Parts: sequence; C-alpha cells; structure tokens
Amino acid sequence: MNDVRIAGVGLTPFGRQPERTGRDLFAEAALAAREDAGVAREAFEGLHYGNFMGALAERQGHQGPLMAEAAGLDCPATRHESACASAGVAVRHAVQAIRAGEHDVLLAGGMERMTNLPTTEVTESLAIAADELFEVRAGMTFPGAYALMARAYFEEYGGSREDLAHIAVKNHANAVPNEFAQYRREVTVEEAMDSPPVATPLHLFDACPITDGASAVVLVSDDYAEEHGLDAPVRIAGSGQGGDNLALQDREAFSRTPAATEAAEAAYDDAGVGPDDVDVAEVHDCFTIAEVLAVESLGLFEHGEGVSAAREGRTTRDGELPVNLSGGLKAKGHPVGATGGAQIVEMAKLLRGDHVNSDALSDPRVGVTHNAGGTVASAVVHVLEVDR
Amino acid sequence: MTDHGYDEWVEALGTDEAFYLECPDGHGSLPPRRTCPHCGATELTETPLPAEGTVETYTEVHVAGPDFAGQTPYVTAIASFGAVRLTGVLRDATAEGVDVGDTVGVETAENPDTGDATVVFRPR
Repeated sequence: MNDVRIAGVGLTPFGRQPERTGRDLFAEAALAAREDAGVAREAFEGLHYGNFMGALAERQGHQGPLMAEAAGLDCPATRHESACASAGVAVRHAVQAIRAGEHDVLLAGGMERMTNLPTTEVTESLAIAADELFEVRAGMTFPGAYALMARAYFEEYGGSREDLAHIAVKNHANAVPNEFAQYRREVTVEEAMDSPPVATPLHLFDACPITDGASAVVLVSDDYAEEHGLDAPVRIAGSGQGGDNLALQDREAFSRTPAATEAAEAAYDDAGVGPDDVDVAEVHDCFTIAEVLAVESLGLFEHGEGVSAAREGRTTRDGELPVNLSGGLKAKGHPVGATGGAQIVEMAKLLRGDHVNSDALSDPRVGVTHNAGGTVASAVVHVLEVDR
Repeated sequence: MTDHGYDEWVEALGTDEAFYLECPDGHGSLPPRRTCPHCGATELTETPLPAEGTVETYTEVHVAGPDFAGQTPYVTAIASFGAVRLTGVLRDATAEGVDVGDTVGVETAENPDTGDATVVFRPR
C-alpha cells in the first residue's frame, strides 16, 4: 500500500467576506496549497472537493469542474456532500485513491460561501442536513439539534453551561494569534454565560459563527514524494468513517456520537495507534457541546469526563492534550464544506512546526482530526503522523 | 407538496388511527419506509401508536428559520412512545413548564407560518 503524504496546505482567511465568489475563495486556498507543495501543474490527477450548501447560497451545482478550473488544474473533479463533513469525506476519498495505487497526486479540500445570505436563510440552509420530514418540520434547527443533545448529556452525565463556556473561552484564546481565524479576541466565562440564548441550553457563545472560506491540501504518494524530493514530513497514517441514523429520534442515545467512535476506531486501527498515542486534536466544535461529544468519541476522555476537560485545563494549550489549537470551528470559523480540509491544514502545520501555535507542543508525533456532519450521522477521523 | 406516506401518518396523529411501523424484532419507525432503520427488516406492520409519550429531551428555540420565524421562542422536544420516538413542537407549555420525564400527548396541528401539518405535543 502506498502511504499518503501531505505535500502542501492552503487556507483563505476565515470570516465574513460576502462579496467573494466561491470560485475565488477556493482558488486562493488551492493556489496557496500548490505553492506550498511545489508540485507541477501537470502532475495533478484529480480534485476531491467538499461543499454543502452551494446550490442554495450561489445557485451553483456541479462545482467539481468549476473548482478544478479555478485552481488552475486540468483534471477530473468530484464534489462530495456530507453536510459539515463534506471536506473530510473528500480528503478521505483522495487518501483511498492514492493508497489503492490509482493516483499519485491529488488536490482535496472544500469551500463554503455563507454570509451572502441573511441569517434566517443560513439557518434554513443548514437545517437541510437534518431530516426534513421528521425534524425540520418539527422546528428543529441546527443549533436546536445540538441543544437537544446537550440537554440529554447533562441529564445523563451532569455538567453545566459554565463547563461549556470554558470550551468557548479556550478556543477563542487559541484563535487570537491565528491569522486565518474569524474571531481573534479572547472572551470570558461571564461574557459567554451572559450571551443571548439561541436554543436552550445553548447560547450565542456556544455556537460557531457563520463563515466564508476555503481549504486545500495537496496529497501525494510516498513514492512520488521520494522520487521528486518533496519536503512532506506529515503522513495521513489512518482514515476512518462512521455513519448513523440521520434523525436524532432514531438514535439509541442523544448523549453520545457512535458514528465518530466508529470512525476513530477505524482510523486508529489503520494507523496502528490508540487514543493514548494522540498528542494533539482538532475536533468538530460547531457547538461547545460538540467538542465534548468529540473528545469522548475519540476515546481521549471517558464518557462524562469531556465536559469538564477545558475547565480543568486538560485541553487548553498548556494542558496534557491540547484540543483545537487553531481556535476550532468556534473561533476560527466554520465554512461548513471547507472545515474538514481546514482541520487537516491546521494539523499538518501544527505537526510540521510552522503553525503559530506549534510552540504549545513539544515534539508531537500523532495528531487526530475529527469532522462531523449534521448531528454526527456522518463522521470522518484522520490520524496524522510526522517524521521525527 | 405531497409526501405520500408521511402525510397520511401525520394526519392520523391524535386519532384512533395513529400508528407507527413495527418490524418482526419489535423495532419502531415512521413512514414512508420500506426497511427498518435499526435492523434492515423489510416486513413492517402498522401498529397502534400509544396515546401518551415521555419527554426525553427538549430545547427552547430562539433563532429560527423562515418556517418558524413567527413563533419564537418555541419548544421542540423528542418524546418516546414505546418502541418509537417522535420529534414535535410543544404547545400549551413554556420551556419553564416542561421537564425531561414529563408525559405528553401527540396530535397534528397547523404550522401558522407555513400551513403545513406539524407534529404537536401537549402536556398531559
């Protein structure tokens, strides 16, 4: 099997840039990744691209070829849609194609344009990731769905809004030095607690912002990297995907996300590592409670312990296991179809040592990324390892 | 829009005809379905839906999409009715007046913003 190496990474700034087209956003990220990789244009054999709501936000379907063209490439291209896990799924497909020996050089990533729509339309657009008949028609919004999970978690394991506020505080602090982040300002527990309710028990500071942005990674086979003398010290050593019933009401429990556990176990097994080997994690904190569910599903914390991990300093930048050193979705921003790729970008830089927050880690070897779709009916986990 | 299977199911809620689908292993689900979402069985039988359910979780929604914009804040809950769970809008109660474990009845009512038939819970 061919190992997969990350030859180059690129991001746009994340934030409100409503005047920019999707094709311009993805072009910026893709060109940055191509420059970082130093791979010839002719070498690219395909694009795996993630996008969720482009048909609603830009009335643009068939985005694969559009984005390959925007990236300056002449190769087959496929758009992957798995709600907020779209780019994670896109990266996974690229990884599988290289491992299978079918390709040596692929571009993967994603884009989402959101702030050109008014907030109510964004709320409506995000809700299409839920079950239209049985959830959306009963008033379930995207924040509402995670609120239902948060209350169920509190009922089963305990925990409080204040515990969740500490996750927001941590991720905002991590985003301050990150030039790509949407919110580069610290917040306090009091500010988070006092913010207005969105869907109780979740308040505004429990939620990620609405974001425009794009991500791209150049993935190459180990053989190609060696033949061409590429500086590509980070490998995607493990990849896993999990699935669950779409509607919350059909799940066994609301306080756990077994699709992410399934993805994590597959990815760890694939890489030959376990949760104890993980030095750093980038997880899908679309809401503060989602970070709790993520770190527990990844096996990094026992069920019921994740909620207090940030408050106890265990997942802060100085903690035993830093989580979301990028700022996470919460503060870096969440252009939904780009997020899974952005996590790979941030993790690759953290492990390579050229991330602004790399100094929080001492000789890290293993990083894990966790990308979730909807209320985690889709989950993709990748294990990244760096040559030491 | 007509959604055959779902429309008949939602209209029957609150009447003697209310039902869910049951597979041979006793798993519950809601139509339209040809397979059990828990085990994949294809023999699904219409079974009477219990009249009362138990609230498992709920949220008071303050930021809504256009289809509920005129109703904020409103409460969406998931309640269990034996072998099956339903998601619905809670009426005749505020978020302060509901708790996990409460008993609710279920019926169909109109969504005033859209005119669509909506699953509605009321305290019992």
